[in-house]
Amino acid sequence: MKKVISANQAVSQAVRAARVQVIAAYPITPQSTIVEMLASFCAQGDLQAKFINVESEHSAMAACIAAASVGARTFTATSSQGLALMHEMLHYASGLRFPIVMANVNRALGSPFNLKADLSDSLSQRDTGWLQFYCESGQEVFDTIIQSFKISEQILLPIMVNLEGFILSHTYEIVDIPEQDRIDAFLPLPAERPILDVENPMMMGATTDLYINFRYKMHQAMEEAKAVCQKVDGEFRAAFGRGYDLIQTYRCTGADIILVTAGTIAGTCRVVADRLAAQGLKVGVLKIKLFRPFPKELLCQALADAKKIAVIDRDFSPGCGGILAQELKSALLGSKPDISLHEFIAGLGGKDVTDDDISWIVEQAMKAREPGGIKWIGLLE
Amino acid sequence: MDRPARMKFPIPQEELMYSGHTACPGCGAALAMRYVFKALGPNTMVVIPPSCAGTIAGAFPSSSLKIPTLRISFETAAISASGIRAALDVMGKKDIQVLAWAGDGGTLDIGIQALSAAAERNDNIIYVCYDNEAYMNTGIQRSSATPEGAWTTTTPVPFTKDTPKKDIVRIMAAHKIPYIATASVGFPPDLIKKVQKAKEVVGTRFLLVFSPCPTGWRYSSEMTIHIAKLATETGIFPLYEVENGDKYRLNRRGWKAESLKEYFSLQGRYRSLKEQDIDKAKERVAKEWAYLLRLAE
Amino acid sequence: MKKRYSMKKLEDLPLTSITFLTSEANETGEWRSQRPVIDLGKCNRCGLCWMYCPDMAIGTEGECFTVVDKYCKGCGICAQECPKGAISLIVEER
Repeated sequence: MKKVISANQAVSQAVRAARVQVIAAYPITPQSTIVEMLASFCAQGDLQAKFINVESEHSAMAACIAAASVGARTFTATSSQGLALMHEMLHYASGLRFPIVMANVNRALGSPFNLKADLSDSLSQRDTGWLQFYCESGQEVFDTIIQSFKISEQILLPIMVNLEGFILSHTYEIVDIPEQDRIDAFLPLPAERPILDVENPMMMGATTDLYINFRYKMHQAMEEAKAVCQKVDGEFRAAFGRGYDLIQTYRCTGADIILVTAGTIAGTCRVVADRLAAQGLKVGVLKIKLFRPFPKELLCQALADAKKIAVIDRDFSPGCGGILAQELKSALLGSKPDISLHEFIAGLGGKDVTDDDISWIVEQAMKAREPGGIKWIGLLE
Repeated sequence: MDRPARMKFPIPQEELMYSGHTACPGCGAALAMRYVFKALGPNTMVVIPPSCAGTIAGAFPSSSLKIPTLRISFETAAISASGIRAALDVMGKKDIQVLAWAGDGGTLDIGIQALSAAAERNDNIIYVCYDNEAYMNTGIQRSSATPEGAWTTTTPVPFTKDTPKKDIVRIMAAHKIPYIATASVGFPPDLIKKVQKAKEVVGTRFLLVFSPCPTGWRYSSEMTIHIAKLATETGIFPLYEVENGDKYRLNRRGWKAESLKEYFSLQGRYRSLKEQDIDKAKERVAKEWAYLLRLAE
Repeated sequence: MKKRYSMKKLEDLPLTSITFLTSEANETGEWRSQRPVIDLGKCNRCGLCWMYCPDMAIGTEGECFTVVDKYCKGCGICAQECPKGAISLIVEER
């Protein structure tokens, strides 16, 4: 059934449809309406879940981890400061190999204080062992949450589904919500995995000097995850007629320049690509949907014939640069060490990234012979 | 003796801990765990943050505990128990007890936020704080449960702890949870009875278990029980219960203030106490008892 | 402390650090420098030594309480608390 809902509401609808059993809730703008809607689902009996009103995001993740330890399907949502606060627990969740799904509504990290869209919050958590998806529409958010429960329960790693604050979270679009029986068929009860059990008492999370081996196992799972994500996306496509792949290419074949980005900026890039195509300039757009594990092989393949690349980062790692750019450069080192890759930082703190901005990016990248340093868009004069 | 007496077992016999654990010889914390687990029985799950208990529980691939255990991060004992409780309830397994097991540092300091939240929600968990009055597992650093005048590595002489022990029972009572009790490894049958009582209550139950530590308190290991008993007999660790935050039941009245000197002199951590410090301690004990006696009317 | 297990292969390991053995293989009796001796003539079978042992190292043999050599760390609590003075501590010779 098609509804006109915000992406936050799409998250809540997906969590309800996934029959989540334990929800930990703590408010933070711009995520709060997710947990508010989930609270009302639980109160009205639309969702048979235990709803724990915790006192901080650190506890929110701790609650999810604990619930997962006895086999429950569990969820929480956060943003920015809350995600940063639960950083320690993100490591615990992945190290314990628990299938937890979390929606992160991307918001700038203070200080200075800012409530708006910025991908630095989740990208700076890239070392925590969580899979990360970046979405650009309410529909994609709904579908990705459903897929994520299935993926995480297969590879036993937690998954973070990211959507930009306000641009997506509070924007209303048409979202198709499939009937519950079709979702149940796609997402059955999870398979057996090690959990706490009074019939077979053991300790989970024990101290160990064999730590490096368990990290290697996580590495193996991350490598396997790429294939599992593609498989589940294929199953979703077969069941519901829509799929997303791990990266999405648009007009990339024979392009003079390929714009690489994540999230809603990709949509604006496509509009600009169409406009510039009419003017004879071939601009391609490559959207990174799966960021962790970094889909290195797919990216190298998609960019094999790229003449020029412009990476647009709605994030910033001080002392380094844009995170997407950094990751892409290291991925391309083997196959395209001499690629002309231009780095742009835009949209931090929710600053609008307009079609004019994208046109300027294309122009800058096309006229520069050498990549030069990182270019920042939207600064005061 | 003309005929051997019948064997007595003053507390339930079933062990839910295995020998071979790595607690120090004479460890009060190990005793606290042994007793509480006995009282709760095998249909129990426990969450343990970093602490002596975490170390005593063992290292991969072995556990010294006979009940399912989750090692969790330091701040999260209470919320982890709540999370397991919520999951078990939604899955229909309401008869399994969920136990949060943390030390004084993990309860009164870093864990107090999550504990207060669980208590405010009246989550159906049992929270046991075993109190050895410092961060012992990391090498005897002070916690807010360290008593006034005690030496620790972070309150070395002459800067021994200069503030009184944080009163976690008073804090928990303010949350009006259904059952709170203080207990001590010096009085195992009393501790067991209180845990069994707690088991029958629904809601947040909090127990503070006095657990002497030979390594950190600087006494010879065989004195653990003697010191635990003395703490209660001198009035410094009263045994009492609080129901719903306002009904106080004192398990013993009367205390021997004159034995405080013996209590302090037995422990190296109090070596720097002077006469006037012991007198001040007596005053504090008297004041605390006046408060308790007023509440127990 | 001797290692009492060995895991040779990555495949032997579980997904994460989930235990599958008990601590019973760890013979903490090796720690002690003194050992308790129970004089069964003085013992009144009150069970306090059994109750107060942090290591469950007082066991039973028939109608008697006995010291479990394998685990006793020699802390001395049993000797200290015995109401009949039936337990004495002797130097561990081993």
